[in-house]
Amino acid sequence: MRIKAKLKGDVATVKLLIKHAMESGRRKDEAGKIIPAKFVQTVSGHIAGTQVFEVNTGAGVSKNPFIQVVLNGRAAGETIDFKWTDSSGASEEKSVTLK
Amino acid sequence: MSLTRRGMLKRIIAGSAVALVPFSAFAQWAEAAFKADNYKAALTAIGSEGAVASDKIKLKAPEIAENGAVVPIQVSSTLENIESISLLVEKNPTPLTAQFKMFPGLKPDFKIRVRMGETSKVVAIVKADGKSYSASSEVKVTIGGCGG
Repeated sequence: MRIKAKLKGDVATVKLLIKHAMESGRRKDEAGKIIPAKFVQTVSGHIAGTQVFEVNTGAGVSKNPFIQVVLNGRAAGETIDFKWTDSSGASEEKSVTLK
Repeated sequence: MSLTRRGMLKRIIAGSAVALVPFSAFAQWAEAAFKADNYKAALTAIGSEGAVASDKIKLKAPEIAENGAVVPIQVSSTLENIESISLLVEKNPTPLTAQFKMFPGLKPDFKIRVRMGETSKVVAIVKADGKSYSASSEVKVTIGGCGG
């Protein structure tokens, strides 16, 4: 997961880029066999343990999901902890510190 | 592994934390809604059949998407007391694509890239004050992004 955060005044604009195949369960491999569904279902963000963001996603989100969120009332030095979880239970966590 | 009292306690605490996860994180993923295989069923599953069109929702989508595999969408709203914002692609095999939940300080302004199998309406549903509002935009797809 790649995170880019921009703080302007007290408004933080955060761009998330998740590396994930987002298999919808409708694609076939070369042998014509269906590739099982495996896609990101939840992306969340916390600041000091308090949840500030959540999106639930379905199979219709593009491969390598890109999501932009805007948070008001933020300050430099704050760290946002992001986490995604996919339909197989796999997950990744990454944090970004605002500056 | 030795079973000290402290070790046991730690494991019990860790075990209960794991047991709680489904309630805090996974149970919220609305399986029935995300697996609904037609637009009407998806709309019913999120409880928004009666959504009223609102000009307080701004849905930005390209008129023509050359590549249906990556269609950039931006949705924002000036409605008050927003609970959630859902994005649906009417003609996709599973129309419900994303559901943003609101939190204090979170601006109702999101960007996300979606897949579109064919030319279709993209619909944003905003739930605010217990009511559902909608805005839609037609996107022409030249090359679909759902098959393989």
